[in-house]
Formats: sequence, structure tokens, C-alpha cells
Amino acid sequence: MISLRVLALLLIGAPVLAGAGMTLLTALGWQPAFGRTELSLAGFEQALAVPGLWTSLRLTLLTGIGASILSLALSIPIARWVVSRGRGAGWLAPWLAVPHAALAIGLAFLLAPSGWIARMLAPLAGWEVPPAFVTVGDPAGVALILGLMLKEVPFLVLVTLAAAAQQPVAAQMAAGRSLGYPPARVWVRGIWPVLYPSLRLPIFIVLAFSLSVVDVALVLGPGHPPTLAVLILRRFADPDPAQAVVASALAVGLLVVMGAAVLLWFLAERVIARFGSEVIAQGARGRPRGGLDVRVPMGLGAMLGLGAFGALALWSLARRWPFPSILPESWSLARWAEGAWLAPAAETLGLGAAAVALSLLLAVVWLETEDRSGTRAGLGAVIVLPLLLPQIGFLQGLTSGFIWLGLPPGRVAVLWALSLFVFPYVMIALAGPWRALDPAQIRSAASLGAGSGRRLWAVKLPILLRPLMVAAAVGFAVAAAQYLAVLLPGAGRVRVLATEAVALSSGADRRIAAVQALALAALPLVAYALALGLPAWLYRDRAGLRGGGHGA
Amino acid sequence: MALELDEVTLTAPGASAPMFAPLSLRVEPGETVCVMGPSGVGKSSLIALIGGHLGPGFHWSGAVRLNGTDILSRSAEMRRIGVLFQDAPLFPHLSVAGNLGFGLSPDIRGRAARQARIEVALERAGLAGFGPRDPATLSGGQRVRVALLRALVAKPAAILLDEPFSRLDAGLRGEIRSFVLDHIRAEAIPALLVSHDAADADAVGRVVTLG
Repeated sequence: MISLRVLALLLIGAPVLAGAGMTLLTALGWQPAFGRTELSLAGFEQALAVPGLWTSLRLTLLTGIGASILSLALSIPIARWVVSRGRGAGWLAPWLAVPHAALAIGLAFLLAPSGWIARMLAPLAGWEVPPAFVTVGDPAGVALILGLMLKEVPFLVLVTLAAAAQQPVAAQMAAGRSLGYPPARVWVRGIWPVLYPSLRLPIFIVLAFSLSVVDVALVLGPGHPPTLAVLILRRFADPDPAQAVVASALAVGLLVVMGAAVLLWFLAERVIARFGSEVIAQGARGRPRGGLDVRVPMGLGAMLGLGAFGALALWSLARRWPFPSILPESWSLARWAEGAWLAPAAETLGLGAAAVALSLLLAVVWLETEDRSGTRAGLGAVIVLPLLLPQIGFLQGLTSGFIWLGLPPGRVAVLWALSLFVFPYVMIALAGPWRALDPAQIRSAASLGAGSGRRLWAVKLPILLRPLMVAAAVGFAVAAAQYLAVLLPGAGRVRVLATEAVALSSGADRRIAAVQALALAALPLVAYALALGLPAWLYRDRAGLRGGGHGA
Repeated sequence: MALELDEVTLTAPGASAPMFAPLSLRVEPGETVCVMGPSGVGKSSLIALIGGHLGPGFHWSGAVRLNGTDILSRSAEMRRIGVLFQDAPLFPHLSVAGNLGFGLSPDIRGRAARQARIEVALERAGLAGFGPRDPATLSGGQRVRVALLRALVAKPAAILLDEPFSRLDAGLRGEIRSFVLDHIRAEAIPALLVSHDAADADAVGRVVTLG
């Protein structure tokens, strides 16, 4: 059974490392397909001479690290607010299922100078034509940071809540308050630091994502020069193979940037922990009410999120919507009816379902192998490796590697690449409930003569139906959201909603982009509804399996 | 600084009748009063009401006064009421000294002065040298002692003890109990101890039974 783990290593770990290695080799000029097998540093020299490189790097650091730090900073008080109310976390999972690209496009349609907000302000400001402000694509990357934060803050809140559930938060809060500390300060000084170790991995996932995101940066980020990841993608798209060497060298640079950012983060952690314990030792109680009410940023975020999808919905149904009308002048279902979104939707659905099926199968095999052997495979780092490396740092290398192995760009290559990102999330979602399964159930099944196969089919999987479905829904949302993992291994030939929507977002017709983006947002939500609804319906007469008891 | 309870009643969420008959009592500075009653009568809820840590849904009537001022309308952190909770929770990311530093009144300023104050407190408690220890390595009795020190160095105006000895070994209970009661007496603040252990009642001067 050990061989299954080797297989998982080969399926997940090896492609990522091989992809990163392939990127490095290409950066060194190794392109056997073009008869170039001599290694040189020329690619790196050319990369350093790329015009606008330093602006791009600065922009990448500013948006990537900035979005991560701001998201973390906001997640701290918001998590406390949710914990103190004991409810209000229900909106997190469906919101996290919405792909970044769909939100980014909606946000662009909301914030652009000709967007919904400007239209609402137009009567007050007297605008007849869109104002000449740069909002979306601003050179400082503010819109990009905003777009990232709208997704990353809820993600970090969710993982903070999961960590808080493992701690006696209410008791610590009471203890801190009885010592004279206001709740916000008890949270920051007495409770959150205990949760922090569980947040480190999610923070690094956010950091890697924010430093290397392409789809959101294409829609909301500046274009000239763009972020490093977009710069790299443009060069990869160039038909000249020499550009692939430069792009690979830049991609290696991005990997180094990620590594440096992680090191810097660890350093900052030490400094803050030291400084923090000095501050805590001073015992200052602080004012009972101070600082920003957390409902202000939450309300702003909710308004931006709702506004983004409101703008998408209106555009998808508009026939004519000239500036500065707040609502379309005439309406039409034509963009939906002509069905240009159907083929990419079917592709998204098919690839997503296949990636989820593969990942779920692998996860069940993995966990069942652990159960039967009685040991835990310490391979957590391998599983999350795809989430911790900048995607553009290994996906193009992976594609070259696939070609080298005789696997041409296309659906199979895309499926493999998607599974790299789907599997970790499926595993994370499933492992907790699986390991929490009451062993007495399994033992009683065994005592009734059920063999290990029957225990799996007839006991474990039915009891775990809800977490299995939730894991599948999470996996599907991850698959649907992937942009680079489709674009690069598909060589542009595999067209899913994410790639179509992003490609159309910069086009002239907002209506067709809105249709694609809405369809992109809707698919994962439908998957969620099914994931929660199906077990609830099947187990409508089984109170013990209906609630969230085993759920995520 | 006497702690006064005036006709206090408490009704659990969804319940129609109060948990116990109206309770009135006055605890003088340096005095410890033991509130007895079977489990479920609302002893811990009474502590939570006075300390300001009651969950949502409870109803109460009457008044709780500290030195003549009603405190029930204040938030927990503004009441100056220390609590020694049942499990004596310490902050796991801070050392023993760090926990005491968290509690130590901010009126004591300066790093050296604060550290000295903490060391003195530990020494008097028979815990000299325990400052750098990880709270997770403490025994149950040591935990209670550190939690009590932490509550007392915050200079509370009154202290509440929520069955702090019930989790301890029987052999240790007497020793820790007299440690706690001696320290409270030395601070000259009113203390309310809730318990269902008759030995706790015997150890303090006055007993009130809830029911």
C-alpha cells in the first residue's frame, strides 16, 4: 500500500518540482525542441535588461506583499467579531467558492471610470462622459490590491475561525477581560498569537498567490508595465522561442522573490513576537472602545462584492447601456440565448468534474491507506507545494515537461495541472472529518464481520457523504477558478469560462464578458448547493447525519 | 470596598423561573464568603453575572454594588473584578512571568520595576524561579497559584472564585485552598467563593446556600 503514496508523490510533488526545474533549465537556455542544449546565463542577463523590469518588480512586491499584509491585518478584528457573535460565518464558504476572475471582472465594471459607481455619481458630479480618472489598472495597483483583499480577507477569516474552534477562546476572553482588558485587546494579545501558527501556511498560500496572480492582475492591475507575473506570461506567449528563455529567467526570479518574501516574513515574525511580548509585558489596558469599527471595512467589502456582481448581472442583461445611465436603457436576453458561454461552461464542468473525481479518489485511497496501515504519511509539505510556489514559476516548465514526455498540450495536460491545485484542497477538506470519524463505528462494523472493503463502502463513505460532497464542491470551485493551469498546459486551445471571461474582459463588449463571468461565478455556487443539498435530502430521516457534525 | 449583592436573581435563557431565590449579602474587605449549592443551581452563572461574563439570553434582577456603586451596567473589563476560573486558564503563548506581566496593573511602570514586582509575587507564592516556565509544564496546583497571582497583581477591587479547587487532587486541595485564602486576606479585598465542596465552606468564615 506504500506504493500509493509513492504514486501520490509522483502525481503531485514530482510534476511541481520537475516544472520548476524545467523552468530553470529553460532559463539557462536549454531548449532541446529547438536544438539548443548548451547552458548559459544569457537568459538572466537579458531578463535583467527587460524594460520596466524594476517597476514591475516593485509593483509585484507592493501588490503581493501589500495585499497579504492588509488582508491579514483586517482578518484579525473581523475574525474576533465573527467569533464573538458566534455566528455569521455562513457567507464565507460560498463567497470563497466564487472564482477570483469573476469577481475581478465585476469589480472592474464597478470601479472603472465608466463603471457603475461613476454612473451613480455622474448626476451629482455633472459627468456627461466618463471622468478622466485612472481607477482600474492604476499604476500603484490599488484596484489589484482591493480585488485580492476581497477574496483573501474572508479566506484568512475562515482559517482563523477554524483555528479558534480548537482553543478555549471564550474562557481566555473572560480571563483577559477580568484582568481589565477590552475584548479587542484580549484578542490581539492573548488569543490571536496562539492561533497564529495555524495561520502560517494559509498566509504563505495567500502570499504566493498574490505575488504571482495573473488573471486578477490582467483585469485590475496596471498594463504598462504590468506585474512581474503578467510580464512573464506575455513573453511566454511570444512565438519567438528566445523569449521563452527570458520569460523562464524572470519566472525563476519570481520563485526567488517568493522565497525571499517567506524568509522576510519569518524574520518579521521574530521581530514582531519579540516586540510584542515587550508590549504585552507593559500591561497597558487601552481604552475600552477605540479604533475603527470592524463593520466599516466589512460593509465596504460587502458593498464592493455585491456591486461587482450587480454590475455583472446588469451588463449581462443589457441591450443598450450608455454612460451615464445608472440602469440599462433597454434589456435583452440575447447574450445568454446565443449561447457562446455554453461550450466553455461545458469544458469547465467536464474538466472540473474530472479533476475532482481524480482528487477525491486519490484522497480516499490515501486516507484509507493510512487507516489500514495505522500510520500517517508525513507528506503534508508535498501536498501543498503547488499552492506555495508561484504558479507561473512551474506551470510553463510543466507544460514543456509534458511535451518532452510525449504529452501534447490539451485536455489531459490541463486535467493533470488542475488536479495539482484541486487535490490539496480536497485533502484538507476531507482529512479532518475522516480522521474525526468515531472509531467505534468501524470496530462495531468489524465485529459484525465486515471486512475492510465493506467497512469502507458500507460504513465510512456513507457516514462521510456530507464531507465528501463538501470536499468535492471545494475542489470544483478551485478547478473552475484556475486560469494559468488551463491557459499554459492547454496552449490556449482549451477554453474554459475563466480563460474566456478574462480574455473578453478587456474587449469592447462588456455584455459578453459579463455573461461569461457570471456563468463562471455560478458554476461553483451550484456545486455548493448540490454538495449541501444532496446529503441533506438523502439523509432527511437521519438526524445524526444531517447537521454539521461531520461537516467542514 | 465591600461587595454587596442586593436581591439578585438570575434566569437562564428560555427558562421562566429564576434559578435561585433572591440573594442578598455583603462581603467585607478581606472576607471570603462561600456560596454553596448543588450543581446546576447557577453558581457559575452567578459568578459570570458579577464578573460580566454572562452569555446571551440570561435575565437578571437586583443590583451588585462595589463600594456602593452598581457595577452591573459596566462592561467586564471596567468592573475591576478579578476571577479565578474553574480551569485556571493561562495564556499558552506567554511564559509564567509573561502571564503575570499581562495581569500586572499598568500603574507599575518601567520594565525593571515590573519584573521585580513579578519576581516578588512568585517568590512569596513559593514559585521562585518559575518566571520563564511554559504554563503547559505546570502542575494543577501550580496553575491555580499562578492564575490567582495573575488575578491579584491586576489589583482588582474584589475577586470571585469559581470552584477553583475542584479539579485538584484531594491531597493538594487543602494546601492550595489556604494559599488562595491567605493571599486574598492579605490583599484586603472582598472575595466570593462558589463551591459544592463542604471542605471549602468549612475553610471560610461565612456560608450562603443558593436554592
